Amino acid sequence: MIYQTLLKEFPYLLKGVLVALELLIAFMSLGFVIGIVLSVTEVYGNRWSSMLAVMIERFFRGVPAVVLLFLFYYGLSDIYNVSSFTAATLALGFRTAAYQSQIFKGAIQAVGSGQMEAARAIGMSKFQAIWSIIFPQALRFGIGPWSNEFASELKDTSLAYTIGVVELLRRAKYIVSYTYGNALIVYGFCAILYLILVLSGNSILYRIESKLQMPGFEMRRERG
Amino acid sequence: MSLLRVDDVYKAYGDLLVLKGVSFQMEKGDIKVIIGPSGTGKSTLLRCLNGLTSPDKGKIWIDGIEVTDPKTNINKIRPDIGFVFQNFNLFAHLTALDNVCIGLVKVKGMKKSEARVLAMEELRRVGLGEKAGAYPAEMSGGQQQRVSIARALAMNPKLILFDEPTSALDPELIGEVLKVMIDLAKGGMTMLVVSHEIGFCRAVADEILFLDEGKIIEKGHPSDLLANPSYQRTKEFLNKIIKLYGEERDKA
Amino acid sequence: MTGFFEFARIYLPTLVEGTIVTLEMWAWCMLGGTILGLLLGLCRVYGNKPIFVLSSGYIELFRGTPMLAQILFVYFGLPEIGVLLTPVVAASIALGMNTAAYQAEYFRGAIQSIETGQVEAARSLGMTQIQAISNIVLPQALRRVIPQWSNEPILLLKYSSIAFVIGVPELMARAQMIGYSTFRFFDAFLLAALIYLILTNILAQCLHTLEKRVSVLPKSK
Repeated sequence: MIYQTLLKEFPYLLKGVLVALELLIAFMSLGFVIGIVLSVTEVYGNRWSSMLAVMIERFFRGVPAVVLLFLFYYGLSDIYNVSSFTAATLALGFRTAAYQSQIFKGAIQAVGSGQMEAARAIGMSKFQAIWSIIFPQALRFGIGPWSNEFASELKDTSLAYTIGVVELLRRAKYIVSYTYGNALIVYGFCAILYLILVLSGNSILYRIESKLQMPGFEMRRERG
Repeated sequence: MSLLRVDDVYKAYGDLLVLKGVSFQMEKGDIKVIIGPSGTGKSTLLRCLNGLTSPDKGKIWIDGIEVTDPKTNINKIRPDIGFVFQNFNLFAHLTALDNVCIGLVKVKGMKKSEARVLAMEELRRVGLGEKAGAYPAEMSGGQQQRVSIARALAMNPKLILFDEPTSALDPELIGEVLKVMIDLAKGGMTMLVVSHEIGFCRAVADEILFLDEGKIIEKGHPSDLLANPSYQRTKEFLNKIIKLYGEERDKA
Repeated sequence: MTGFFEFARIYLPTLVEGTIVTLEMWAWCMLGGTILGLLLGLCRVYGNKPIFVLSSGYIELFRGTPMLAQILFVYFGLPEIGVLLTPVVAASIALGMNTAAYQAEYFRGAIQSIETGQVEAARSLGMTQIQAISNIVLPQALRRVIPQWSNEPILLLKYSSIAFVIGVPELMARAQMIGYSTFRFFDAFLLAALIYLILTNILAQCLHTLEKRVSVLPKSK
């Protein structure tokens, strides 16, 4: 009986997966862009802008995700009527931006100041140096940690549940409530779905990382 | 009954047969040195003797107890066999004194206070009394190796195995370690040393064993073997190391 | 309409009550999680095939699924097989098992980074494998693990906020309750956010000091 329910509800749950993935792509992209801005500002900016960047980053890393979700949801609703999805995108986006900025900062610093000096010495502008010299190397240093962050955020899409986004877990909850039970199977099944997503995501990123390998930039990432 | 008896030992790593039937014996007080080209299984042989590795075929006895017998409790025999590693392998988180003590306390069940007294004696014996409180990272390679010898000595072993004890040392530090080893030898310790330090051989070795391609090709007293090796391969090898390492160093 | 600071003054006590629950839960999870994590790490390094597979499976499972799903599963799912738990206990178990999985990997890395030569030297003296592990490997591994490991306590503190979903009266839950009664959700959550910020910063500072004090020992070559 339980399995019949699962089979019937499978499309419904799958839509939940899609919602989660939509959310993920949305806020990860937002986070990526903001993250780059934050990291470049922290490393190359002047005193005030880098301090501001650090403060933003500290805030979004020090406050739990659910608190941020609620802050954005209720905070924005005061000004403008936002959907939970938008609030979630913004909240999780800024949060991942803070984490990603740390990754990028680490990657930039791993490249070493000598590279920048050499680039300026041959006459490149700061911008050119960052774009042609620092960025390609930082990219390779950053991929490993970034993949870890990606997997982490994939799982954290489930947190959007708390502000009402109808992703996978919320759909699971609906199924559990109106079929009066089967929580074990349904939540267990969702967990498996997430596991599959995470493992697939990791394996894709692993392959990308292998493609980008060069001598001197070997993969140091721990599996899993 | 010999102190050490090795009987027809074979050992392979995957497809590579490293030891092809090695046999020899040692009596109490013997000083034997194994020489030979690298990769011929010298280290492997030594590691079989205290059970760090197990031979595929063949038997090994230490003072009558069969090391290769799976029923033997190897932890009971090991304190009797000192082992000095090429890379010292001192315990990084312990001072020199504690490195020497820990075997006494944990394996022999000695009280910490007693162990410290004994350990200090051994450290002084190798000339490092004043380094008792130093950590391995604060000592030179030669000092670390001497501590590792003290660590082995503290257990009051019946024989000590040395696996290329000076190979990882800078040239100017080799002398201090060899001096300790020579003093030990003169004091009557049974020692089996894998090394290419010919000077050491001349000074105290009773017999040199030439191990090549997994077999003992030749053995003899230093004065015979070094002056007049019987086999061509032995001759070639000896020439090579004398060229590489210069004439043997003068040991006081 | 009272200002933010007046609001804070009135509702801070409630939030502090919630904070105490949060910290209690966090402390238990850290204790259980670290012990379990260390065991799992040891299993992965020294265990035989079945132990290795089991511990690896556990780790993959808990690291590959969302924390929220784990909490929901433990609290709503287990009763169906007869295991009834209060919200606090359910949350603590789920959080503890989760952090153990992450910590296991940190411990594994640190244990494996200790040169095998030291273990061989210990065995050569006659120590048993267990003696070698507890006297030689662990003292060094536990020191080496601190920089990476210190992320975990902070992460756990933040993720403890999820427990409000199953009704644990911790900090997040109290903020929500205040929100429902005053309709000043943003202020309530902002206050909660500030408390979390203070907590994580204090924790980070403590861990940083711990790291400093532990690394007094010179690392081996």
